[in-house]
Amino acid sequence: MCLGIPGKVIEIYEAAGVRMGKVDFDGIVKEVCLAYLPELQVGDYTIVHVGFAITQLDEESALESLKLFRELGAFEAELAAEANHEVP
Amino acid sequence: MKYLDEFRDPAAAQALFQEIARTARRPWVMMEVCGGQTHSIIRNGIDQLLPPTVELIHGPGCPVCVTPLEMIDKALAIAARPGVIFCSFGDMLRVPGSAGDLFGVKSEGGDVRIVYSPLDAVKIARDNPHKEVVFFGIGFETTAPANAMAVVQARQLGLKNFSMLVSHVLVPPAIEAIMSSRHNRVQAFLAAGHVCSVMGYWQYGPLAEKYHVPIVVTGFEPLDVLEGIRRAVKQLEEGRAEVENAYPRAVRYEGNQPAQKMLAEVFTVTDRTWRGIGVIPASGWALSEAYAEFDAARRFTVEAIRTQESPLCHSGEVLQGLLKPNQCPAFGKECTPQKPLGATMVSSEGACAAYYRYGRFAMPESLQPLAPA
Repeated sequence: MCLGIPGKVIEIYEAAGVRMGKVDFDGIVKEVCLAYLPELQVGDYTIVHVGFAITQLDEESALESLKLFRELGAFEAELAAEANHEVP
Repeated sequence: MKYLDEFRDPAAAQALFQEIARTARRPWVMMEVCGGQTHSIIRNGIDQLLPPTVELIHGPGCPVCVTPLEMIDKALAIAARPGVIFCSFGDMLRVPGSAGDLFGVKSEGGDVRIVYSPLDAVKIARDNPHKEVVFFGIGFETTAPANAMAVVQARQLGLKNFSMLVSHVLVPPAIEAIMSSRHNRVQAFLAAGHVCSVMGYWQYGPLAEKYHVPIVVTGFEPLDVLEGIRRAVKQLEEGRAEVENAYPRAVRYEGNQPAQKMLAEVFTVTDRTWRGIGVIPASGWALSEAYAEFDAARRFTVEAIRTQESPLCHSGEVLQGLLKPNQCPAFGKECTPQKPLGATMVSSEGACAAYYRYGRFAMPESLQPLAPA
């Protein structure tokens, strides 16, 4: 139910006094209500739930998480190499 | 797709599994609150790949599953009335009421329509001025801003033929109820990421402190779930009980402020019955007095309902994490997604439906002997 899909804002406009927009989900474009994200700009990524943009995706945080996972991978590889080294 | 594929990387998942296995020196039990996370965990086999020291319990975070039976019966009664167009998210149509479901009402001639967004229901009301259009407003905090906007828009458009049957539920009181139960086994929570996108995580500090329980805001992709588990295990091993955010790309501490402002205006906190669990105080939202004219429960008087659950269904125990779906005697026998006895077998996010869909009643495929080449 709380499924949210990330997509890219490609157009912003007003319809019946409500801030709306077009969001591109990897080729599928849907109309989305942007009323709750007044600062969202064209080109930004957002998470859409039942036709509403609920949060802006933060690129920097995403990259930081991925960097952490990479470092963890390198660390685990090191540990594994060490463990292998100890076994005669 | 950007922001999805990167968080499904198998090599990074492997590293996270290893790190979790290395960190978890004692047995720990944690609960993922959200049904979307349950689905992701079962689909990706995360529970089976975790070390035996880490047990995941599936929480009550599927709104379709916890919508009270009485509310389903009310929906069935309203939907069956002539002159009513009853709009709902698709997941609700197969949820069993005391007698039948919304699909049944539809097949008997009721005008029941599936909508993707609550605003679609408002549009249907505008296009059908001589019909009463009722929207089934269910969901957690994630869905509430959308439902609130539908009511606000109906007022702006001056629609007199639109109303909402509201059965919203809230996560923090559910966590409180689980922690204060004497049967509780949960030692840490993976908080529901998109609920926190809307509400932030400022509400969870007092809970973490009061029950000395780590609460980690967690996303939905495999790496997100694993990172949530890794952080929860680390806290447990170190004896900490803090609120952490493992889904920072989509969640900020303060949440979505314009949405919260709208929610405060449109809804008011109320006691709510959770199907299979019972009444949890102050655990739901109903329409506020200011929007009471849009309340379908007031607009349509429904005669006293005598609810009747299936005596074979153990979904209450499943929802509280006391029973795994495949431990229920009816699982996969009397109860299947085609013929569900309880709501947890209906929604794709219900724990029973996820177990059924991914074959968790048989030996996992990976463990079965390979056929000779």
